[in-house]
Amino acid sequence: MAFNSIYDIAGSAMRAQTVRLNTVASNLANADSAAGSEAQAYRAIKPVFATLYQSMDVDGGASGAHLASANVRIADLVQSDRTIEKRFEPGNPIADGEGFVYYGNVNVVEEMADMMSASRTFQTAADVITRTNSMQQSLLRLGQA
Amino acid sequence: MGISVDKALGIHQYALAMRVERSRVIAGNLANVDTPGYLARDYDFKTALRGLASDIQGMSSQQRLPELSLDSDLRYRVPMQPSEDGNTSELGVEQTQFASNAMDFESSLTFLNMKLAGIKKAIEGQ
Repeated sequence: MAFNSIYDIAGSAMRAQTVRLNTVASNLANADSAAGSEAQAYRAIKPVFATLYQSMDVDGGASGAHLASANVRIADLVQSDRTIEKRFEPGNPIADGEGFVYYGNVNVVEEMADMMSASRTFQTAADVITRTNSMQQSLLRLGQA
Repeated sequence: MGISVDKALGIHQYALAMRVERSRVIAGNLANVDTPGYLARDYDFKTALRGLASDIQGMSSQQRLPELSLDSDLRYRVPMQPSEDGNTSELGVEQTQFASNAMDFESSLTFLNMKLAGIKKAIEGQ
């Protein structure tokens, strides 16, 4: 019975979505942070998801390689390459010699949508765990009724 | 004549094992719902179980029960709406499949419980 790997899979999804929610939080927190040069400006961080297939030994390993469970993992965290916003604010104390400040390239609407998607998938993983739990418990009661 | 408990339980013990396997595969689909390029998979449940059922029926009482092998029955899901990043796992579809699979697990379990109760009655002679 492969109950354990179901918990693994749901757990990996929860971990991945937590990292994603973390990046959304940092991006939203830095949506309005300004910098004195383009290089120092905040760039939105995005996680890259990848599938981690794990083969299971069902009958000694020979043909077990086909039966792979599909965990999810964070392959990388990349910075968004969208253009940095340059605003003319000569009164700003961190403005450069020509009076420009540089704002991060966070798209707030996109981040909000990302946040909804992440929390929905997290919720789904939690539901999977609850459901698997009740399946396992009723299996334990087999023959007692 | 001896009672073969394995045979008395019939197809339901296999159905139960398959339900767990299937929920593992669907849990994987659900976990990878946001992974670009992920191809959702599922078991062809009916074909696998039908093959097994005919195997069991054609058996003599001395033979051992067949092993459950699922490898060849894992197929790729055809998405209702293709997505841009190539992911074929759709949250709604996978959620309903997971829920109905869990319910089918409970029914298989109920059948098994009833079979076991029947065997118990036969043994006790009531």
